[in-house]
Amino acid sequence: MKVMLVDDSRTIRNIQKNVLAQLGHTDIMEAGDGVEALKLLEHDTPSLVLIDWNMPNMDGITLVRKIREKNKTLPLIMCTTEAQKDRVIEAIKAGVNNYVVKPFNVESLAEKIAQTMNKVGSAAAPAAAQ
Amino acid sequence: MDVKFINPFIQSVVRVFETMVHVKMSVGKPYLKSEDHSAADVSGIIGFSGDAAGAVVISFSTDVACKSASQFAGITIDPQHPDFADAIGELANMVAGNAKKEFTDLNIKISLPSVVIGKQFTVSNSRTAPRIVIPCKCELGDIYVEVAMEVMRNPATGTPKTAAVGA
Repeated sequence: MKVMLVDDSRTIRNIQKNVLAQLGHTDIMEAGDGVEALKLLEHDTPSLVLIDWNMPNMDGITLVRKIREKNKTLPLIMCTTEAQKDRVIEAIKAGVNNYVVKPFNVESLAEKIAQTMNKVGSAAAPAAAQ
Repeated sequence: MDVKFINPFIQSVVRVFETMVHVKMSVGKPYLKSEDHSAADVSGIIGFSGDAAGAVVISFSTDVACKSASQFAGITIDPQHPDFADAIGELANMVAGNAKKEFTDLNIKISLPSVVIGKQFTVSNSRTAPRIVIPCKCELGDIYVEVAMEVMRNPATGTPKTAAVGA
C-alpha cells in the first residue's frame, strides 16, 4: 500500500513514516504543502493520504477539496492541531474519511489508519457520498 | 490574572510534551513578564490572529531544546541538524493549536511556526498585551511558555473588546 504524507513539518512526516513502517507500509510519497501534493498526484495515486491543515502555499482543507473534485474515493485522513468541532465538521464536509488531532500517540494514529482502510475497503459507496 | 485564558496553554503544554516528547511536565505558578527581551537560547513562536491578537512563545536552553527535539523526533538532533528548527516549531504549533480549541467562542487563527535561535529578541505585538510566563519543568530541564494574547472582539456582542488576556 502506497501512502502519501502531506505536512510542512518533516519531523511529523518522519514520525508518521515510523508508524506506517510498524504497520508494514514502507512505500511512502511526501509533500510539504498542498501544491506539492497535487503535483505528485498528477503522476501517481496512493492508497491513502494523510493531510495537515495549516501549511504554506496551499492548506490542507483546500487540498482535500481539490482532490475530491477529481477523486471521490481516495481515502483521506486530516492530521492536524485544528481540534475545534467546527473545523472537524468542515473537514468531513470537504470529504475527509477520518480525523486525527495532534498531538497523537503511535497507537491512536495506527488505529485511525487501520479504521479508515477497513471502512473504505468494506464500503460499497464512495466515502464522499456517505 | 484571569486563569481561564492561561489554563488552556497549561493543559496543552502538559499534553503535548507527555504525548509527543514522552515526559511528564510539572507547571509552576504563572507570572507577569517584565523584561522586553527573551533570554532563552531557542524559541518557537506561533502568532494569533482573527478574534485574538498576540503570540505564544515556547523557550528553551539549547540543551533542553536538543533533548526535546530528539525525544520528539526519535533521533538525535543538535542545533546543526536540518530538522532542529522544524521540531521546535512543530512543538510550538501543537501547544498553540491545542490551546486554541478551548477558546470555543472565538475564531482564532494560528500562524505557521517561526523559530528563533539566539537571545534578546522581542515579539513585536507582545508589547500590546501583558505577557504571562508559564514556567514548566520536566526531566529534560526547564521550558517556558510565554503567552501574550489580546481578545479583539467581544464574543457575546461581536464588538471590539479592549480587555487583554491574562489581565
